[in-house]
Amino acid sequence: MTDISKRSWIKQAGWGSLALAAALAGCGKKEEAPAAAAPAASAAAAAPAKPEPLKVAFIYIGPVGDGGWTFAHDNGRKAVEKEFGDKVVTTFVEKVPESADAERVFRDVAGQGNKLIFGTTFGYMESMLKTAADLKDVKFEHATGYKQAENMRTYDSRTYEGAYMAGVIAGTMTKTNTLGVVGSIPIPEVIRNINSFTLGAQSVNPKIKTKVVWVNEWFNPPKETEAAQSLLNGGADVLFQNTDSSAVLQTAEKAGKYAFGWDSDMTAYAPKAHLASSVINWGPYYIKATKDVLEGTWTGGTGVWWGVKEGAIDLVSIADVVPAEAKAKIDTIKAGLKDGSFAIWKGPILGQDGKEVLKKDEVADDKFLGGVKFYVKGVEGKVPGDK
Amino acid sequence: MEPFALLIAATLNAGTVLAFAALGLLINERAGILNLGAEGMMLVAAVAGYATAVHTGSDWIAFGAGAVAGALLAAAFGLLVIWLNTNQVATGLALSLFGAGFSAFAGIRYTQEKLTERPRFEIPGLADIPFFGPALFKQHPMVYLAVLLTVGIAWFLYRSRAGLVLRSIGESPESAHALGYPVRRIRLAAVMVGGALCGISGAYISVVYTPLWVEGMVAGKGWIALALTTFATWRPARVLLGAYLFGGVTMLQFHLQGEGVQVPSQFLTMLPYLATIVVLVLISRNAAFIRVNMPASIGKPFFPGS
Repeated sequence: MTDISKRSWIKQAGWGSLALAAALAGCGKKEEAPAAAAPAASAAAAAPAKPEPLKVAFIYIGPVGDGGWTFAHDNGRKAVEKEFGDKVVTTFVEKVPESADAERVFRDVAGQGNKLIFGTTFGYMESMLKTAADLKDVKFEHATGYKQAENMRTYDSRTYEGAYMAGVIAGTMTKTNTLGVVGSIPIPEVIRNINSFTLGAQSVNPKIKTKVVWVNEWFNPPKETEAAQSLLNGGADVLFQNTDSSAVLQTAEKAGKYAFGWDSDMTAYAPKAHLASSVINWGPYYIKATKDVLEGTWTGGTGVWWGVKEGAIDLVSIADVVPAEAKAKIDTIKAGLKDGSFAIWKGPILGQDGKEVLKKDEVADDKFLGGVKFYVKGVEGKVPGDK
Repeated sequence: MEPFALLIAATLNAGTVLAFAALGLLINERAGILNLGAEGMMLVAAVAGYATAVHTGSDWIAFGAGAVAGALLAAAFGLLVIWLNTNQVATGLALSLFGAGFSAFAGIRYTQEKLTERPRFEIPGLADIPFFGPALFKQHPMVYLAVLLTVGIAWFLYRSRAGLVLRSIGESPESAHALGYPVRRIRLAAVMVGGALCGISGAYISVVYTPLWVEGMVAGKGWIALALTTFATWRPARVLLGAYLFGGVTMLQFHLQGEGVQVPSQFLTMLPYLATIVVLVLISRNAAFIRVNMPASIGKPFFPGS
């Protein structure tokens, strides 16, 4: 080839790749257009309101479209907007990893004038604590953590109450008496949920055994699918998950088995497999915290743990295939949790080895629940890292 | 025995994902082009396939869309590395990162979408055989196509004239050029076929394997496919076996956990990657083995007429 033709080739190739890039960008825009609704909130700031609106920021671990954990938090954010109207301006930053990046994001949103910042995953704890120490005029709220400061407090929801109620339904529906749980990361919260799910199932069916597979991630749909598949292969016919996507539910749907929605209502993802969804309603707490700041009554250094009683946890969209008596039992449990007459973690509860962890009629306090690092009787396998 | 049969079934399914992508990359590399952008191509194909499946309801059109998306990205890569002679490693990495970002962007609205009910497949008659039925004959058709494709590619590479030309270009593009073969165009074709196969793999992930779309859902399978080609010393049959082996290790880690075997799950999570490194070390020790099979011009730019 001569130099001239070489150059013309380069030219052609250049134009070709440009055209391709343009085509790709074009089709990207087309697909993106109907989704632009999300961060429109900040536009409302321009209104000539006399008192400066309170700027509230939400930092999320996942995409708001995960249909689970982050989606539930974002519904809470929307509830705040609806409640306070132009008195607040909310923004969110999604997909912020549990790494040093989180601290940069906290500082960045504080710099943009946000005075109340919610961090919605356990792994933000240290970054938030560090940022809070430097920025005393900003109020920090950390979900699911346990470290506090004068301008940082914690909040959490009793997800285990939802897990217990799901367990009641699972225990009713299983034919193999074997339940399967896809676990995310073996921290007390998740272990407590696995135990509560098992206790719920055993309350209606003492023969229940629970198999657990850990994927060591909050959000990895292919891995969640593989884990769910291996549980089904092992004889489990009702699945439950403490991960953030709907993959487990969809695996059950494909296999003609049952599963539950977690964090958000997941009925739509698997109409046949879906038995019920244990949902977290963050709205009431987000409204309370925002109100505290607006009224000047916000104090740091505290933590709350809300459940069915406060309207933060609910079991919704119970499927038609679930027998009426199980549904009635769920209603009784909800009522009992609301008026305090029923406790899930009430003795006698046996550990995996058959030893009593809670004596008869003893009710676990929050400190006990916060440190659950063992399986109850009926859960198979060992807690990872346990000797 | 039943759980074991199902473990085999799950292994074949997991291996199919890897096999399509790795066979595509094998064709690339046999022509002397190293495309590290597999992960990116698979992600873009996954979202293209998913979007198509949502709108048309057809898995097969979705695989086609995935293949086209993969081939288009591969063509862009091909123009850059074959005609403009950009560095293949750097361009491939860029493609991988671009694909990750672009797929996330293009897929925003599809994270909320869901597919219609997934059909189940089984081969009538054979599916009822105890043990072998559930293990082998209740798979998605793509699982069997992967086997046929392997046979087809092996035949093409070693028994057909076109395959011989492709391999000769991978060995010595200068000689092929001197013989009058259009080296660049053949390389571009190989790269596009490779991209299309990676695309089919990506669409299989989002449409069949884990029927949903979320950002980054290919989760490293493209990189494993790349490792597989070296692992298999560029031989199609070994690629397929390697894919099943990797799929098997992935499924085994969950299977063992479900059976309550006392192995730390973190250790099991590490296994597939450990296996890759061990095999790479083993085959790299035998220099002759590598030299016989590895395309000599892989990764090197080719300037016709120089």
